[in-house]
Amino acid sequence: MATRVGIEVSIAISEAVKLANADVVAAYPITPQTHIVEHLAELVANGELNAEFVPVESEHSAMSACLGSAAAGARTFTATAGQGLELMHEVLYVASSMRLPIVMAVANRALSAPISIWGDHSDVMAVRDTGWIQIFTENGQEVVDNVLCAFRIAEDRRVLLPVMIHLDGFHLTHMIEPITFPEQEEVDRFIPPNDYPLPLDPSKPVAMGGFGPPSIYTETKWAQEINLRAAKDVVLEVWNEFGNTFGRNYSPVENYRCDGCRVLLLTMGSFSETAMVAVDKMKNEGKDVGLLKLRLWRPFPFNEIRQAVRNAEVVIVLDRALSFGGPGGPVCSEIRAALYQQEKKPKVIGFVGGLGGRDISVAGFEEIVKRGIEISETGSSQEFEIFGVRE
Amino acid sequence: MTAHTVYTPRSIDRLLTEEEYFVPGHRACIGCGEALAVRLACKALGSNVIIVNGTGCMEVVSSQLPCTAWRVPWIHTLFENTAAVASGVEAGLKALNRKKIKLLPDTKVVAMAGDGGTSDIGLQALSGALERGHNFIYICFDNEAYMNTGIQRSSATPYGASTTTSPAGKVSIGQVTWKKNMPAIAAAHNIPYVATACPSYPFDLMTKVSKAVATNGPSYLHILSVCPTGWRCPTELTIDIGRLAVQTGIFPLYEVENGKYKLSLDLLKLRPVTDYLKLQGRFRHLPEDVIKKIQQKVTEDYAKLKEEASGGTLTLTSR
Repeated sequence: MATRVGIEVSIAISEAVKLANADVVAAYPITPQTHIVEHLAELVANGELNAEFVPVESEHSAMSACLGSAAAGARTFTATAGQGLELMHEVLYVASSMRLPIVMAVANRALSAPISIWGDHSDVMAVRDTGWIQIFTENGQEVVDNVLCAFRIAEDRRVLLPVMIHLDGFHLTHMIEPITFPEQEEVDRFIPPNDYPLPLDPSKPVAMGGFGPPSIYTETKWAQEINLRAAKDVVLEVWNEFGNTFGRNYSPVENYRCDGCRVLLLTMGSFSETAMVAVDKMKNEGKDVGLLKLRLWRPFPFNEIRQAVRNAEVVIVLDRALSFGGPGGPVCSEIRAALYQQEKKPKVIGFVGGLGGRDISVAGFEEIVKRGIEISETGSSQEFEIFGVRE
Repeated sequence: MTAHTVYTPRSIDRLLTEEEYFVPGHRACIGCGEALAVRLACKALGSNVIIVNGTGCMEVVSSQLPCTAWRVPWIHTLFENTAAVASGVEAGLKALNRKKIKLLPDTKVVAMAGDGGTSDIGLQALSGALERGHNFIYICFDNEAYMNTGIQRSSATPYGASTTTSPAGKVSIGQVTWKKNMPAIAAAHNIPYVATACPSYPFDLMTKVSKAVATNGPSYLHILSVCPTGWRCPTELTIDIGRLAVQTGIFPLYEVENGKYKLSLDLLKLRPVTDYLKLQGRFRHLPEDVIKKIQQKVTEDYAKLKEEASGGTLTLTSR
């Protein structure tokens, strides 16, 4: 029987890692990720989680230690946020390129300067192209469920790729929510033992991470691309099995009251919760608007996005990151790109907001939708608009 | 070339295994002291190891896909994270052993990196790994500059050496800083075993590697690796120059066991530094007064080291 408890989301993540029976946790503390690693250290100290906790001296070393641990065949977890994710940057590419199944929770945080410990998606977007599978979550239950799924996805022999679970810093990490935990036996059945195919082992020497000359580099990168794209089927399979086993279902692009809507709002992460309330309110007022929630960020769900917006006339995308000097929010520009070749496509209107932890209220979402519709009718001189900025 | 008397400590009962773990076919330069040092170190390490290699000469010459010169499990990831990756491998093995998932109880994790990867860009990761007390060996193969990228200076480049980023010029003698004392920095972490070695003294080198294998906890080996390409010296003089580095007192061989310094080769009289400097193009430009300054510093440093070794205490004053 599953148990339902009121628990802080960060602590719930640690409990999920315990249920997944991780072998190694290598982490460096950074706000707002700290409660995750503190609780993991405590679980290890109390003998509740039989793992090595490696208190490294930086995030660069955290991810590097994860490379070593995963290459040795150990089930490996870490967590970070903002600057920490940026310090890991080059190591992230190595993790995916060397096919090392590491699971990482990212407590999404704004980037310096000015220094900000609060949430947005600047950190996520800066590591967009690192080759990791990336999943957005909007509440504590989704985080716990997807951490469990992440181990299963990452370690699947058809995948062998690292997975990032994104959750908004503070807006999600520090919330106390009712969360349902599966029983240990259920998790043991759902996540089979890690069986990394070619670990570092003196009885069967392998050389990992060789030097790639021009004659071979392109092939390795193309193989990686094929591998990441193909991973989507496994992600879907695992979510499907999770849904059948535990009764909670996930998909790459989720619809909230979208049927027959002419206008769609698209969000990701914890803002989707507020956006749902806003959509309910607008619907009650007779407005024609639904909500799309982007869950799978990489590999990008092209078909699901095209399918989800096929009958819409306007899609309003709210990004929580700014691509300086570029087309606006990264999610918005990818959605535009995904739809560009379509015969029939909606107008895609981009907003950037919620930077550095600034909240967007229900009224805020109403305003975004109103302005988005306005732009779709009259056009705008800008590539995108920033929401809620004081002049 | 000179004929050398081979220095063999008594603990070596079998001179050398015929087993090779770092095998021919790699692309190291002619006369590479580092490739020789790696080969000898591997002989002493044996087969029950996992090697974690930092970016640098040895990684580049030994691993060009789809080939490898390694007959032991080997992993390379990045430049500055060698010690951190080794930490992860060690932690992974420890957890797998304890949980009886996979039993590799005696496998030693060995990190290998160059002087730049150790004393510059990888110093933080190394310090962290030493402080955390992982059971691993870290070997710095020191050829005194970034040779792989074209002889740029590092903090291990000796005073007066001309490199591509510390070139000797009309108003510069080349490198104007003294070589960073990495073994002392490692020893300051209070780890059980630190030693210096040079492949010109092969049995000493292998004995020290074996000691590091037997050490429980972190050990640090600093191996001077003559680089004819970067030092601009004849390729057949690799062994001679290594010996001269030791005999002039420029690179003394010693161990620091649980904080106690011990000279491996106690020289009664140091040869003049010019014997060493004059064979290398990187020092060719040095005027008399600079050579004198180097001589003075080497003499002083050696005396201090001897004092530390005789007193058996660890003094961490800057030298």
